[in-house]
Amino acid sequence: MASNTKPVYDSASYRVPAASELKELGKYRYLLRQLIRRDILTRYKRSVLGVAWTMLNPLGTMLILSLVFSNLFNAEGSYPVYILSGILAWNFFAQGTNAAMSGLMWGSGLMKQIYVPRTIFGVSAIGTALVNQLLSLVPLFIVILTTRSPLFVTLFFLPVPIILLAFFTLGIGLILSTLSTYFPDVSEMYQILLTAWMYLTPIIYPETIIPENLIRVFRFNPMYHMVKMFRLSVYEGRLPLMTEFLPALGWAVGMLVLGWIFFTSKSDEYAYRI
Amino acid sequence: MLTEFKLKPDSENEQFGSMQPMIILDNVAVKYRVPTERIGTFKEFAIRTLQRRVSYKSFWALNDVNLEIQKGEVFGLVGNNGAGKSTMLKVISRVLRPTKGRVRAFGKIAPLLELGAGFHPELTGRENIYLNGSLLGYSKEEMDRVFDEIVDFSELGTFIEAPIRSYSSGMHARLGFSVATAHLPEILILDEILSVGDEAFQHKCNDRMKRFRENGATIIMVSHGLSMVEEMCSRVAWLDHGVIQKIGDPLEVISAYRGAN
Repeated sequence: MASNTKPVYDSASYRVPAASELKELGKYRYLLRQLIRRDILTRYKRSVLGVAWTMLNPLGTMLILSLVFSNLFNAEGSYPVYILSGILAWNFFAQGTNAAMSGLMWGSGLMKQIYVPRTIFGVSAIGTALVNQLLSLVPLFIVILTTRSPLFVTLFFLPVPIILLAFFTLGIGLILSTLSTYFPDVSEMYQILLTAWMYLTPIIYPETIIPENLIRVFRFNPMYHMVKMFRLSVYEGRLPLMTEFLPALGWAVGMLVLGWIFFTSKSDEYAYRI
Repeated sequence: MLTEFKLKPDSENEQFGSMQPMIILDNVAVKYRVPTERIGTFKEFAIRTLQRRVSYKSFWALNDVNLEIQKGEVFGLVGNNGAGKSTMLKVISRVLRPTKGRVRAFGKIAPLLELGAGFHPELTGRENIYLNGSLLGYSKEEMDRVFDEIVDFSELGTFIEAPIRSYSSGMHARLGFSVATAHLPEILILDEILSVGDEAFQHKCNDRMKRFRENGATIIMVSHGLSMVEEMCSRVAWLDHGVIQKIGDPLEVISAYRGAN
């Protein structure tokens, strides 16, 4: 009797879901790695080129958009680099949030049978997006070199915008997956919203065509700051000013904390909701 | 603490010498809250919330359950559909959190997954063993240790390097069972899934269960096969409408349950 006085599981010790979830996630590190590995391995398993598609896909989009728009928009510097850096940041966000939603749906079958930390599906989705992001930096470098654009020292700063973007994406992903367990239509609605959101963010058009009086409105868009951070280091080649960095940091951390708390406060219901 | 246990005489456990609780449920209740009508869209929900027309029906799937399961017991749950058996297993295995009361488990819980859950068809048997093991909460080192035994037990041979979409359903089932029972569990939870594979494999499964029992594993099972429960369990509880009606000797409890139906 004396040996087992401390329970392995005690339902009374999980009073602050947001904090205990973080601890549990740490214990399930190996599962996290396995889920990311599975998603990367299986995504292109049946295709001949396999993982190369992660790099070819944004490259193709960039080529088409460059051909269509390069005469329309007179971007300073290399338009292909401008557009590809925007696409990479945007794809990370769009794919990461969608994968977080579908990951939770996939996990729902498991969650009814065994315990796993619920956030693991969202976190692994962002993990997968991060690996894909690293892979797609390869074509970005190729485009920089082939268009004879400068390779800036500020590239070493790139991990910072990527981490900020990952935080923001996870936050939104957690909020969306919580909502989609209550309303299955959320996922469909979100696709429309994403399209609108993309056109409201300077991805394919240069920031300079935004009318002076509208630029303040654009600054309300968190993705405006995220994409900007990303581009500063690869395209403009300068470090962000504090006035540019702080909004990005605020949105990223704020959204992550909000999403985490919202998701974990509802996660006890998932097992019988979906 | 000790006196508390002595207050609950339990003849079934004397054979295990000192009593060592593995699972304790204190006044556990689980409430399900479901909307009376299905509200599928945001629009509907928003409109109805404004009109205050969202009505919920709540019912208690478990109601004020007190239970102690000792180390080494094979504990069976019987009852009609909707009596709360699965809810009880879920609350013990941490899938559901109790609405009220407290659940404590003093050992690692290994639930048997439904067949094929957590497998990915495009990954090989080998890759799926590690994926499935990690879902059950094991580390890479722990899986390395039992890997050969899993391959051996599941009788998959060279198929282990093939994607499991090429497996027959029997191979699927054998692999799932082998992974789930590769480690000696402290607490094993079985929900109606002991009919895996052909007769020969069934035999192997039963042997493995026996070995677990001999090694002091605690087993909690739910089954509609009353004769199996009677045969395997050392103690049985009959649940009805989320309340324990009778608990104790398998023969007595099962005949009482039969009498009530």
